[in-house]
Amino acid sequence: MIKLRGLTKTYGEYVHALKGINLTIEEGEVYGVIGKSGAGKSTLIRCINMLEKPTSGEVIVDGKDLTKMSDAELRAARKNIGMIFQHFNLLSSATVYENIAFPLRLSGSDDEFIEKKVRPLLSLVGLSDMAERYPSQLSGGQKQRVGIARALASDPKVLLCDEATSALDPQTTKSILELIGDINKKLKLTVVVITHEMQVIKDICDKVAVIENGVIAEHGSVVEIFTNPQKEITKEFISVLLSNELPTAFRGGKIFSDPVEGSYLLLRLIFLGESADDPVIAGMIRSFPKIECTMLFGNLDQINRIPFGRMIIGITGDKDEMQKAMDYLAEHDLKMEVIGYVRRIDVASR
Amino acid sequence: MSAELMSLLAKALGETVYMVAVSMFIASLIGIPLGVLLHTTGKGEILENAFLSQTVGAIVNAVRSIPFIILMVAIIPFTRFIVGSAIGTTAAMVPLVIASVPFIGRQVETSLKEVPYGLVEAALSMGATPLQIIRRVLLPEAMPSIVAQLTTVVIALVGESAMAGAIGGGGLGDLAIRYGYQRFRPEVMIATVIILIVMVQLVQFAGNSLAKRLNRK
Repeated sequence: MIKLRGLTKTYGEYVHALKGINLTIEEGEVYGVIGKSGAGKSTLIRCINMLEKPTSGEVIVDGKDLTKMSDAELRAARKNIGMIFQHFNLLSSATVYENIAFPLRLSGSDDEFIEKKVRPLLSLVGLSDMAERYPSQLSGGQKQRVGIARALASDPKVLLCDEATSALDPQTTKSILELIGDINKKLKLTVVVITHEMQVIKDICDKVAVIENGVIAEHGSVVEIFTNPQKEITKEFISVLLSNELPTAFRGGKIFSDPVEGSYLLLRLIFLGESADDPVIAGMIRSFPKIECTMLFGNLDQINRIPFGRMIIGITGDKDEMQKAMDYLAEHDLKMEVIGYVRRIDVASR
Repeated sequence: MSAELMSLLAKALGETVYMVAVSMFIASLIGIPLGVLLHTTGKGEILENAFLSQTVGAIVNAVRSIPFIILMVAIIPFTRFIVGSAIGTTAAMVPLVIASVPFIGRQVETSLKEVPYGLVEAALSMGATPLQIIRRVLLPEAMPSIVAQLTTVVIALVGESAMAGAIGGGGLGDLAIRYGYQRFRPEVMIATVIILIVMVQLVQFAGNSLAKRLNRK
């Protein structure tokens, strides 16, 4: 649905906001772009509807290259691309109803058509009883709901979300993200989400691109990126949500690469999807009664509504049995990482 | 207060109101679009045009830097060309309009600058034309501020219209000078000043109320 080819954007002589972005976003996907401030993510999303004219490269939306269009063609193409903003950008002088009607008024639609269009949108975003209010009488979350309804009024195929939840509190953020997710499924809309919060990516995105210094550092499915991040920047973003540090009890303790007297072998396990529900650990304990297993950390979460579990266990016992137990774990549908050996005393001290 | 004085004041008040109202109306018709032009051709705005912006800006500054009393005299030939005469209430309106147009232009420009660019960006993202943005975003959003700014212009016009009395424009200023000052009739002077004060208060009050009613922020 959206293809960016060799996209660059330079301000003046020295500021290179984008340095050759290639990105393909399929129809119906929720695609996240995450980056720190100044990484170029805002410029990137503004290039998709040409609010920023790229210095070079192609912006293909729904099969048409926006960079080669006349002003009039571009205006027509933009009606196909809805956008919502961090600061909502609603008309303070117009009611909720008129704000949502705004894109239709621009197209010269008549009142009857507008009424038929706006009422269902009001109910879609849950603001049916607020039609005659002014934006100043709404909460942040309600304002963003108006923004979403307005963006949908011209039946776009693409919805661009520019830090749409960054000005909202966590609970409101959650409800707005749920709404965007629902709309994506209900209307088969392609959604591009720009954010600096990994939580947003984790909650609604199918795919993600990590942008740093104007280039895409890493991209892939959200599950892939979360379970197997490659770049430092990606790990940094993920670490905000999923601490990769050992439980406090072990942080100071020495980790040995070979077994020592009375040591536990620490394993980090990641379960994904169906396997998160499987009693793998219980199975291991039953199959290898001669090893001892202790659970040090466990957490069950969701990535884009897929169950996602993380666990750190320590095992000790007969060396051969331990190897077999690890083989057993490896046969199952999970990701295993060996952390190292820690003395029993360190484990027991907590 | 004598009947003679009453009729003098009534006539002068009528002339002042006429001069201010008509000048304001004509000046707004030219000044508001001028303000829109000044704003929208600025850097990073929807009709960015450095040449136009700088040229018009320089003309506006030039006219605004001429003191009203000098402007009035300097453009006498032009006034004669437009209204056929350089004296009288109607003739006085020519310099009043010329002085007010750039003033209104700058005031409107200031009001439009207060509209957050995000709103313009949102309208652009919905495929709005520059004209639609001016008509449906910039002007409605800036309207409370424009009303407040234009109130200031009206009050300035009341003051300038008094000066216009010097070239036979009539009005309250003229009355105060000719009767109050030159004929030593302090009661005329005092009455004129009181009327002017009340007038300015009323204009300010009306402007504030309207701006407040329009403001939905």
